[in-house]
Amino acid sequence: MNDFIPNFDARAVFVSPWTDTFATYGWIMLMGFLVTVACGLIGNYLILRRMALVGDAISHSVLPGIAIAFLVAQSRHSLVMFGGALAAGIVTTLLIETIHRRSRVKQDAAIGIVFSSLFAVGVILISLFASQIDLDADCVLYGEISFVALEPLVTIGGIGIAPESVFVMFLVAAVVATLVILFYKELLVSSFDSGLAASLGINPTIMHYSLMCALSVVVVSAFRSVGAILVIAMLILPGATAFLITYRLPKMMVLSVVHSALSSVLGVHLAIWLDCAVASAIVVAGAGLFLLAWIFSPTQGLIARFRPQLLPIEAART
Amino acid sequence: MSFRSAALLVLITLLCCVTPAEAAKISDVVETGTLEQARRFFSLTDNSLRYALFGSILLGISCGLLGSFLVVRKMALVGDALSHAVLPGVALGFLWNMTKDPVAIFIGATSAGLFGTLVVGWITRTTRLKEDAALGLVLASFFAVGGCLVTMIQRLPTGSKSGIDKFLFGQAAALSSQDVTLMAASTALTVILLVLFYKEFLVTSFDPVFARVTGMPVRLLQELMMLLLAFSVVVALQAVGVVLVSAMLITPAAAAYLLTDRMHRMLILAALFGSLAGVVGAFFSFLGNNLPTGPFMVLGASTVFGTAFFFAPRHGVVPRWWRRRSRGNRISRENTLKAIYRVLEDRGFSDEGVTLEELSALRRDTLVEIRLQAAALAQNGLATVDEPRGTIHLTPQGWRQACAVVRNHRLWELYLTNAAHYQADHVHEDAERIEHVLGEETVRHLERRLEFPHHDPHGRIIPSLREFDRYDAQRAPEKPSGYRQQ
Repeated sequence: MNDFIPNFDARAVFVSPWTDTFATYGWIMLMGFLVTVACGLIGNYLILRRMALVGDAISHSVLPGIAIAFLVAQSRHSLVMFGGALAAGIVTTLLIETIHRRSRVKQDAAIGIVFSSLFAVGVILISLFASQIDLDADCVLYGEISFVALEPLVTIGGIGIAPESVFVMFLVAAVVATLVILFYKELLVSSFDSGLAASLGINPTIMHYSLMCALSVVVVSAFRSVGAILVIAMLILPGATAFLITYRLPKMMVLSVVHSALSSVLGVHLAIWLDCAVASAIVVAGAGLFLLAWIFSPTQGLIARFRPQLLPIEAART
Repeated sequence: MSFRSAALLVLITLLCCVTPAEAAKISDVVETGTLEQARRFFSLTDNSLRYALFGSILLGISCGLLGSFLVVRKMALVGDALSHAVLPGVALGFLWNMTKDPVAIFIGATSAGLFGTLVVGWITRTTRLKEDAALGLVLASFFAVGGCLVTMIQRLPTGSKSGIDKFLFGQAAALSSQDVTLMAASTALTVILLVLFYKEFLVTSFDPVFARVTGMPVRLLQELMMLLLAFSVVVALQAVGVVLVSAMLITPAAAAYLLTDRMHRMLILAALFGSLAGVVGAFFSFLGNNLPTGPFMVLGASTVFGTAFFFAPRHGVVPRWWRRRSRGNRISRENTLKAIYRVLEDRGFSDEGVTLEELSALRRDTLVEIRLQAAALAQNGLATVDEPRGTIHLTPQGWRQACAVVRNHRLWELYLTNAAHYQADHVHEDAERIEHVLGEETVRHLERRLEFPHHDPHGRIIPSLREFDRYDAQRAPEKPSGYRQQ
């Protein structure tokens, strides 16, 4: 049992990732942050639109998309992967809609059927063509975020900037952040009041499918690092935590970014201490932060709820 | 051929092309003779093979039965959350004495799964988060905790050979006799409880309020159901894997849901489909030299679902499309019959034949169209077409149908003006639609209600039942006596 939980060595856990081994862990922390922040920004809207489980479905079904793209194009170029994932995302959304509309199966069951079948196809492809696809089952589940530091650097003008996947993830996160800021009003209105959105001339179908596309792109770029299942946590946890603290959307977005930063840093420390999968540890840290928000949130936390409430008249007086 | 049927044809052709290609690839990977492997599989001489087969059948039964309740209660994704949430329990159960002791893992996984569903309930009750967010959150967070624990176990010197990674995608061949005994016990428990409390589970699933009013312990029953669900998920883990076990709950049950409207039939069908998918999965995984079993089982179940989705007699896409098409054809035939009746009526029923030109003038349609419509009537034995003269003659059956449609139309117009006080010039459109769906009984009722009227609001005669046989009467001398076509 002693082997199982290693001794807590404060220096190894807290100091060295920032000093001796910073070249490795710095990239991992940055990558974790970029993945969580891109997922979290999209995830805010998934929570508000009650589409969290569509995120679940898409995160599973990009696997066959990636696998098929690999097999067809024989390349692991990012654009190929994005293409495969986008196609998979769209196919998933369409299949769910078709089953849900054309039969009496309800939406939840349709989601369950579609993503599990596609995921199964992906797993079979990976196991059959293991030699050609450089993904393995472990990567699908936990991701390989700890390998980012080993990747060759992307160079611009002869100067190494960042490992390739960190660079791609940075671009994706930047694009997502820009889009979320640019279309803030449209997203806000269409998420909270679709009737008003329609009357303002915002097409709900276009909004829905653009969000789905953005989701697919984010999920696929995060896929290698964190795997298919942990992505769901990255999508939902930051937004859900922020949702418990504030009632305002701008604050919620800022808080979800803070959550992403904290969870990736804490997660890396946790992973160093316990010597376990880094992506899982980041999610565990994020879940811990959610738990804190759930209990201690000043307005909506469990403690605040069970404290004797002031009567409205007294509250008005104070 | 309509666009949809063309699309369907293309799809089927594509599928036919894809399947052999896929099969060819799979057989490339298998080094040993596929036939030899298949023979080994079905001869059941191998002990581990027998366990794998029994295990797959058992898990199919228990997952199908409990999944049916999930599907009808729209809780399909609760199964998903529960199945991911068991992972930390599996790891803890393994840590208990560092072996794959089925009982310890069973206890650990069941408690973790139930705890996960409890947390979902707490989150939705005490926060503003909706159920979907809570499910996704619990699913992924529990899975992450499990992932940490599993990677920590694999790091241990004894852990690397533990086979705990088999729990992720499933390996039916790794089932031991102990596992199968546990599966059999859990499945038997599920079947017995479902049979004993079938009525109670049925009522609480479809009408919880009624169940509470009649004094059933609804809360207790629901918790019992969750417990059984956790059992069946945990039991299926070893063979299907954590990630895909939810599909074994949802997919067979959804396929059964498309095939029947009765809960007990759905349960039986779902159990059947589940075990079928289980056997198919075990078979293919064995063929492919122990590829993970779970994905193949899921694809087996998805194939069953796809077949039901397209071909289920009542709810399937193809039969529904066929019914809609034949209804459309019938309506268009009835419209042609009505037009022929109108032409005959306009000239006082003096002459039997109606020329195609007369019809096309009345219907404001091209001659080509009219010729097609006439051919459709002839094909259904409602009329005969005299090609050289270009005339249509109704058969007795056609005459009767024409009279019936006109009668429906005019009775309805009269009903709208007299009983519902519509303006006489507003009723035609409505009658045009309803004339095709009014049943015999309704028509008789309308007639009585309107006191057996003779004329419609536009002054035309409503053909009565006696009228129906007039055509026969005109021709009667040519026919042998006593001839009456029904």
